[in-house]
Amino acid sequence: MYVATKGGERAIGNAHAWLAEERRGDPAVPDLTVAQIREQMALAVARVMAEGALHDPDLAALALKQARGDMIEAVFLIRAYRTTLPRLGASLPLETAAMACDRRISAIFKDLPGGQRLGPTFDYTHRLLDFALAAEAAPPPAPEAPATPGPVPHAAGILDREGVLQPEAGGEAVPPDLTRAPLELPAGRALRLQALARGDEGFLLALAYSSQRGYGRNHPFVGELRIGAVAVEVEIPELGFAVEIGEVTLTECETVNQFRGSATEPAQFTRGYGLVLGACERKAISMALVDRALRARELGEEDTGAPAQDEEFVLSHCDNVQASGFLEHIKLPHHVDFQAELELVRRLRAAAAGAQREAAE
Amino acid sequence: MTVQDSGYTFAYLDEATKRMIRRALLKAVAIPGYQVPFASREMPMPYGWGTGGVQLTAACLTPGDVLKVIDQGADDTTNAVSIRSFFARVAGIATTEATAEATIIQTRHRIPETPLTEDQILVFQVPIPEPLRFLEPRETETRRMHALADYGLMQVRLYEDIARHGAITRAYAYPVRVEGRYVMDPSPIPRFDNPKLDRSAALMLFGAGREQRIHALPPWTRVESLDFEDYPFEASRPDAPCALCGATDSYLDEVITDDAGGRMFVCSDTDHCAGRRAAGHRGASTETGA
Repeated sequence: MYVATKGGERAIGNAHAWLAEERRGDPAVPDLTVAQIREQMALAVARVMAEGALHDPDLAALALKQARGDMIEAVFLIRAYRTTLPRLGASLPLETAAMACDRRISAIFKDLPGGQRLGPTFDYTHRLLDFALAAEAAPPPAPEAPATPGPVPHAAGILDREGVLQPEAGGEAVPPDLTRAPLELPAGRALRLQALARGDEGFLLALAYSSQRGYGRNHPFVGELRIGAVAVEVEIPELGFAVEIGEVTLTECETVNQFRGSATEPAQFTRGYGLVLGACERKAISMALVDRALRARELGEEDTGAPAQDEEFVLSHCDNVQASGFLEHIKLPHHVDFQAELELVRRLRAAAAGAQREAAE
Repeated sequence: MTVQDSGYTFAYLDEATKRMIRRALLKAVAIPGYQVPFASREMPMPYGWGTGGVQLTAACLTPGDVLKVIDQGADDTTNAVSIRSFFARVAGIATTEATAEATIIQTRHRIPETPLTEDQILVFQVPIPEPLRFLEPRETETRRMHALADYGLMQVRLYEDIARHGAITRAYAYPVRVEGRYVMDPSPIPRFDNPKLDRSAALMLFGAGREQRIHALPPWTRVESLDFEDYPFEASRPDAPCALCGATDSYLDEVITDDAGGRMFVCSDTDHCAGRRAAGHRGASTETGA
């Protein structure tokens, strides 16, 4: 009996073997390949890369396969792998104005330089189950057009030139790195954005939504949303110039928010900013809203105490690997502490019963 | 599998990370009870499952060390087994279940019954290092309170316990004051273990991975459990001997033996209990040779 209440090496080994079998599922059904996941579950792969903070579609697909499709587990696998990698250097700032856009929309202008392009979006699909897909029918080929030449300037630039959009202060030359230094509060915007970029999509979505519903409202317009490939350039000291080492797909969202002005400043618009690794616009928009909400104090707005305006609250709780780890650790044995509580409750009850008896006598 | 085969640096963490942790450890030892921020890394086990302790152990391990890992006092609880096999794999070090043989002991929720020596390091896994967290959720605020030694709120909280229940109702993670200065969370050890913190011969290190904090008790540090003159601190345990070894001074687990209310108490420290039985001690359930 005593031994049965304790875990052990064999139990763990058996659990892992069973897990491996369950992961595989019915062996009569063909095994999923990592390439299939990478190509056909691309948005899941993108999310794992974004929240895992590592750009590697093959590893992200492998993590999804290993995690049986559990997103947070896959993110965790990628994070645990990422932590073993050396940090060799920093790239030059990515030039999102030079993005090769698959999608680029602005909600604040009917048309604008660079054009509106829907790209491969779910937006105007009717959410009807496609039973042909169950029969594994191949889609008809999509019509093609030549790529739009030249860079696509940011919509915010147009407002910028007019002076109606608040200019952003330049950042530090070397931005802080959340993964190399402990998070200290207050964090500053660069660090906040870094934390949000790898934060949990669901958590940011809920926070952004809460700000729309009045908990730290900031009246956002989607100034621009773009998804596409951006070149990554690294300065090589031996060469003395920057070399393109590859490209990553990014989603960038810039919101334009109302600002009534203050005693010292005339009315102008302010921005919220979201940038996410891979194609993930729900998160990029959410991030921009939360970023803007977190700037409430900086912009002299009323601090309503809303969760989305509270830097310490948001940054302490946006990481799903931290959150799920801590949440699930309560599955571990706690019988020593419980025993201590149990003993205390019994003693308090005995003392209370004794006091009652004395009062009755 | 040897360390070379595992494909990782000795004890998993790269040398630069270990150096970063050791620097934080030195600071923590220099300021007993003070929570030192450190750039905690993601580990291959989940946050909340001992990532802080694992990082400290990794930073302290040398190839000659002998490691013991316990959870709830026992060497054979699942998470202890998992962490022990992790280090056996990525550091290739010797492991043991005998407290006296270990040079480093990583623990969750207990301090071994066998007194520790100056040659040993006890590494605690810490979920929430901030003793004031449940009184004040903001880190910015609690750091200020520590800086000013502003601990009135904690005393009021303990006083309220007494006013309401006639006793301080902290059964575990009972707050302590270190060398008369910092109030410290000793991690969720039962308060039975608190006296073992005071003037311990072994170096005690506390790692909170998710919260990115390290604190420490150098050997022989004065550690007082918070209390009041008229309500002195009391370390408590179930009023029963161990059913296996008969110990009357060890911390006990309550084991439910049937669904009719049957139960027995056994040592939570499995090594201590096994050692006593090997020395011929017997408890109620082993006296008949069962």
